[in-house]
Amino acid sequence: MASFKPTKIQVYPKLGEKVTQDTLYWKNYKAPVQIKEFGAVTNIDFSPVAPHNYAVTAFTRIHIYGPFSQEPVKSFTRFKDTAYCGRFRSDGQLLVAGCEDSVVRLFDVSGKVALRMFKGHTKAVRVTDFTSDRYHILTGSDDYTCRLWDIPNSTELTSYQEHTDYIRCGITSKLNRDLFITGSYDHTLKLFDARVNKSVMTMDHGQPVESLLLYPSEGLLVSAGGRYVKVWDLLKGGQPLVSLKNHHKTVTCLCLSSNGQRLLSASLDRHVKVYNTTNYKVVHNFDYAASILSLGLAPDDESIVVGMTNGILSIKHRKSSEETKEISGQQKRRPAYRVFVKGKNYVPKQDDYLVSKPVKQHLAKYDKQLKRFNVSKALDTALETWTRFRKPEITVAVIKELDRRGTLKNALAGRDERGLSQLLNFLVGNLVDPRFAPVLVPATEMILDIYQSVIGQSPVVDVQLQRLQDLLEREIGYQQDLLEVLGMLDTMFTSSLPRKEVPCSGISRPNGLAQGDASAPGPQPQAT
Amino acid sequence: MVEHGDIRVVHRGGSKINFREPVLSHDSRLLLCASGECVKVFSSSTEECVHDLQGHTDLVTGVLLNPSNHLQAYSCSADGTVRLWDFTDGILIKVQLHCHHRSPSGCVCFCAELFQLAALHLPQSGDQLVEAREFSSVLGDVSSNPAAIAFGQGVCTHRNHCHQRSGKCIKIFVPLRFSLKEDNKKGAKNTFTCLSCHPKDDCIATGHEDGKIRLWRNFNHKREYTYSTLHWHHSAVSSVRTNLLSGGVESVLVQWRYNQETQKDFLPRLGAAITHIAVSPDGELFCTAHSDNKLTVIQSCVKVSAVIQGLVKGESVRTDLMVDPRSKALVLNGKPGHLQFYSLQRDKQLYNLDIVQQEYIHESGLQQFEVVKAAFDTRGNWLATVEERKQKDSTLELNLKLWAYDEQTQSFVLNTTVSGPHEARITAMCFCHTADSQTTMLVSASQDGHFKAWQLAEGPFWSCDFVGAYHSLVPECCCFSADGSLLAISFQEVVTVWSPASWELLTTLSQPPGAIRDLCFGRQSCSKYLLGTTAKNLLCCWNLLTCTLEWSTSMDVSLLLSDPLSENMAAFCSHAGLFVFKPSEPRPLFSHKAICSGKVTRAVFAPREEMLESCEESSQWLNRSQLYFLTQYMDLMTFITKAEEDRLMASSKRLVIDDSVAVTPFYLLLGKHRQQQQEKQDRSFSAERNQLPQGSVAIKELLHTPAHVLPSASFLCSMFVRSLLISEKKSEEEEMESDKEEESECEMEASTMGQGQTAEAQETAAPALTKAQARELRRVKKLDHSWLSSLLDS
Repeated sequence: MASFKPTKIQVYPKLGEKVTQDTLYWKNYKAPVQIKEFGAVTNIDFSPVAPHNYAVTAFTRIHIYGPFSQEPVKSFTRFKDTAYCGRFRSDGQLLVAGCEDSVVRLFDVSGKVALRMFKGHTKAVRVTDFTSDRYHILTGSDDYTCRLWDIPNSTELTSYQEHTDYIRCGITSKLNRDLFITGSYDHTLKLFDARVNKSVMTMDHGQPVESLLLYPSEGLLVSAGGRYVKVWDLLKGGQPLVSLKNHHKTVTCLCLSSNGQRLLSASLDRHVKVYNTTNYKVVHNFDYAASILSLGLAPDDESIVVGMTNGILSIKHRKSSEETKEISGQQKRRPAYRVFVKGKNYVPKQDDYLVSKPVKQHLAKYDKQLKRFNVSKALDTALETWTRFRKPEITVAVIKELDRRGTLKNALAGRDERGLSQLLNFLVGNLVDPRFAPVLVPATEMILDIYQSVIGQSPVVDVQLQRLQDLLEREIGYQQDLLEVLGMLDTMFTSSLPRKEVPCSGISRPNGLAQGDASAPGPQPQAT
Repeated sequence: MVEHGDIRVVHRGGSKINFREPVLSHDSRLLLCASGECVKVFSSSTEECVHDLQGHTDLVTGVLLNPSNHLQAYSCSADGTVRLWDFTDGILIKVQLHCHHRSPSGCVCFCAELFQLAALHLPQSGDQLVEAREFSSVLGDVSSNPAAIAFGQGVCTHRNHCHQRSGKCIKIFVPLRFSLKEDNKKGAKNTFTCLSCHPKDDCIATGHEDGKIRLWRNFNHKREYTYSTLHWHHSAVSSVRTNLLSGGVESVLVQWRYNQETQKDFLPRLGAAITHIAVSPDGELFCTAHSDNKLTVIQSCVKVSAVIQGLVKGESVRTDLMVDPRSKALVLNGKPGHLQFYSLQRDKQLYNLDIVQQEYIHESGLQQFEVVKAAFDTRGNWLATVEERKQKDSTLELNLKLWAYDEQTQSFVLNTTVSGPHEARITAMCFCHTADSQTTMLVSASQDGHFKAWQLAEGPFWSCDFVGAYHSLVPECCCFSADGSLLAISFQEVVTVWSPASWELLTTLSQPPGAIRDLCFGRQSCSKYLLGTTAKNLLCCWNLLTCTLEWSTSMDVSLLLSDPLSENMAAFCSHAGLFVFKPSEPRPLFSHKAICSGKVTRAVFAPREEMLESCEESSQWLNRSQLYFLTQYMDLMTFITKAEEDRLMASSKRLVIDDSVAVTPFYLLLGKHRQQQQEKQDRSFSAERNQLPQGSVAIKELLHTPAHVLPSASFLCSMFVRSLLISEKKSEEEEMESDKEEESECEMEASTMGQGQTAEAQETAAPALTKAQARELRRVKKLDHSWLSSLLDS
């Protein structure tokens, strides 16, 4: 005896993003903590040593926040004008910052007053960084020069004047004390070697360069400028590797996730995108309230810190594993594990006689009704409020099943005012959904046939019918418009496609499918 | 054209096992059912076929247990004979010939023909071939349906009822013979469909066309009968059994509680309409026969315990015949919404694959989902199926399903469902043939003017890879070349050849007039040829290297197919002619006119398990694979060569036991002993030679007696051991022999009978037994077998 086969609920392909490992990983953050700064947050730098405090440069101040503090642990306020680019040294002891007033200041993280002031630039200094030997400082300025300074003597070592526009980004090598790279608004990236007095490599980004990033291996360089993010292979003499165009406004900041597998880019279009560094596909996307100027990622991706033009600093902390569990536990209180295993883990002894119980098939409510041929009740069950609104596919599947059994008419007939208006309400909501239309249109026709005699007797039903009519008229209008557009597109594609003479001339592609585009125009298959 | 005498067309399997009511043996271990020209004996617990009782030369029309010996069964056939079988051992015991060339259609003993109910007295005789001359017509005007005839053993044991239906009147036959008219006022639909008698009570149950069951009581009192009505079935009740089981077209077995008919037990979803119900004598097991050629064994606690399924034959095979590359089973439409896998070797359905996966609702006029196309890939890893349902005034519902073979469960598991793969009916579908390529590709062509290529994408699920069309013509057939590098699709009169790698249209071939009906690539050495048949009776062969027409011939080919294991192609003509040819050779390898009556609808080459080694030129094409085809009347047929037939005959003969003596371990022992005796007697006691047959008569008698009437085995065993010991001493043996002689003289009757049997065994003309002798024989059979012990004790 075959068992009852339950109604098959059609699974429709989910629109929108798919759930991947990446989305799970990047969604596993708590709600953001927002801190209001005095002005636009231009730079965020994490201290390389534990507890990984981070310096936030905003307006004329640099605040240092602890990993979980919402108040600044320390702040440096002795700037005469807007501060730029506060960065930690690799031992976390010193902090350097540029300023609009062209003076570069060096702070002790525990102190308050600047230890050293480097004067020499003539315009605002937007770029500062320590070299890997920890004794020199790199600065880049709007006066088109970049300079190297000696910390102990506070003297200028070298000055390079090769860029022809503002220098807005720069980075020093973590492995070689002499190498550093600067990016400028003259669209170029230049690699300098402190041992020679000019640049050793020049790359053309094509747009004003906003941000630079070196891979931990320092073989690859990532630059951001305009809407593009470009990856360069330094070992091959600055050969461009990939060009990514995923933002629709200028990309302002780049960041690498702690394991080096993902690249993050922030942009003025208020998005942070996460790329896979093996195939450079976008794997995740964060949305923010305002244009993003700076982005920082704590070691081990513990927190994501984003600074925006409206002066808001947004900090997202990663959920700890207990919290994740706790939350899911709170959502639904399930019976304890021992309830399920009770009596099931009993191992029968050798001479025990086993009496096996037949496994009971679990059926949904509407299936139980269908099994008893109670068609009206099955439809009632499927039209329950929760199902109707949350899972319309169940209702549609039951209607389809009734139609297949040839009993849809019986199920639809004989309803009172409430039942009928419920039914019509469902139809109004779902009739024009292209996934459900093939099932619901015949059902609607059937309803109109059955109940045409009672039209006018109930105001409730009449209102619903009126709504249905409006809906259909609107839908017909849309369809006509769409067909017109389709016709226009067809003409355009036919005129633009080169006409191939021999055999292939016969290939007619409906609705202007391009020759190369062989991807499925048909219905999406669905997993079962 | 020469007709090849050594290749024959034969029916192959798929005979109906639900044709007549199955019979459960007394111990309910065995199940007998009529199946084509033989009676099949199944084990009711293991579902295996134990024996094939072969011997009838025409359709077997009834099986019945021998009431006097429950290890024997009668079968009657349309060839006019009634045969008696020992079904546990599969031995034919007797043949009874009807003198008239009548075809019995009912149960044995009452054989109806021309809607006549006839009583046939089966003469009791020792002969194996008996002509039954006593044939008395009991009643004319009987329905041909054997369900309308039933035996009852009433309260009085001497009285037999026989009921039968004729129109709307039920007639009850007691020896006194009276008939009763049914009170028939309600209308037209209460004609009888079946009836059954209660084994003990004076009660008859009848099934009616309107789904009602009527219980008739009090037959013994004339004219005082009453009846009550039970109604559950919604249309014709097809089988009723007392204690009281009924089944009908709903495929639900209903068990009514006798005397409290409001309570009933149901066994729903048995798969198909119930046509017969049988109950084992002890009431422990039920057996239902279903319209989809299935027997179900049900325990009396209403639980299915075994299912015996034959080949399901619908009205037509909409999917082509296919051979599953893994199990080598024939695959075709089965039950509605199913694909059946049918083993050609074992004549048994291996399993049913539920394609539609929906509850089957029986209702006349309801459009069901039907499996219309199916295709296997070369290794049998993937199965693609298309199901469709067309309701009037609504859109066509199409589903393309792809099934992956699961090694663990040894069956196909649904992988991808594509609802609405095309906008109109799918006309053709095929998998890419390459055996080595990593990606599998499926191409489907549809009436909407497009063909689509489907490929396994990430997931792994199938997705559409390419959509193609040609001048908005309708694609009709598609075919991949043997190496998978070319795809040929016919668009009405034009054949287009595509490269699946780049989806470029390589060339177009056309041979007007007439739309292309069939398309087929050559295989192996002929893979450069593309063959096509047109609607205007033309068979064309294109050479793909030169893109020209190689040859064409005028021939109304209805079906064209290629053998996957050789270069051969088979073309069936509309008049059921068959030509087997190689595309490269002008002469056909084999041709046969009118292989069957009617048209050949479907055909397939099934690979053989072991290669046949035939050197004859005309039958070489059958060496690697066998050609199976379905005729218009849904008969599955095949070609068989003389050599193969001989081999089959030989193997079956080896199984068939020598008619004269049953080969039992005892026989083997005895036979040896007898031989030894014979040798010794030949050597030294020539004088006793004339006594030898008499001496062996007792042994023969012993051997001919059915095993169940013999004394216990332990008893016989000691006797044999002793006899073996004695044989060492000649003198004692002499004594024994002489004693035997005396004993055998005492048992004259026994030896007479023995002689009769000997004669029969040797198939010499035996003198017919007189009636007196027959009576004697019966007496002997009833005799206590103590004579044997006395014989041995001497």
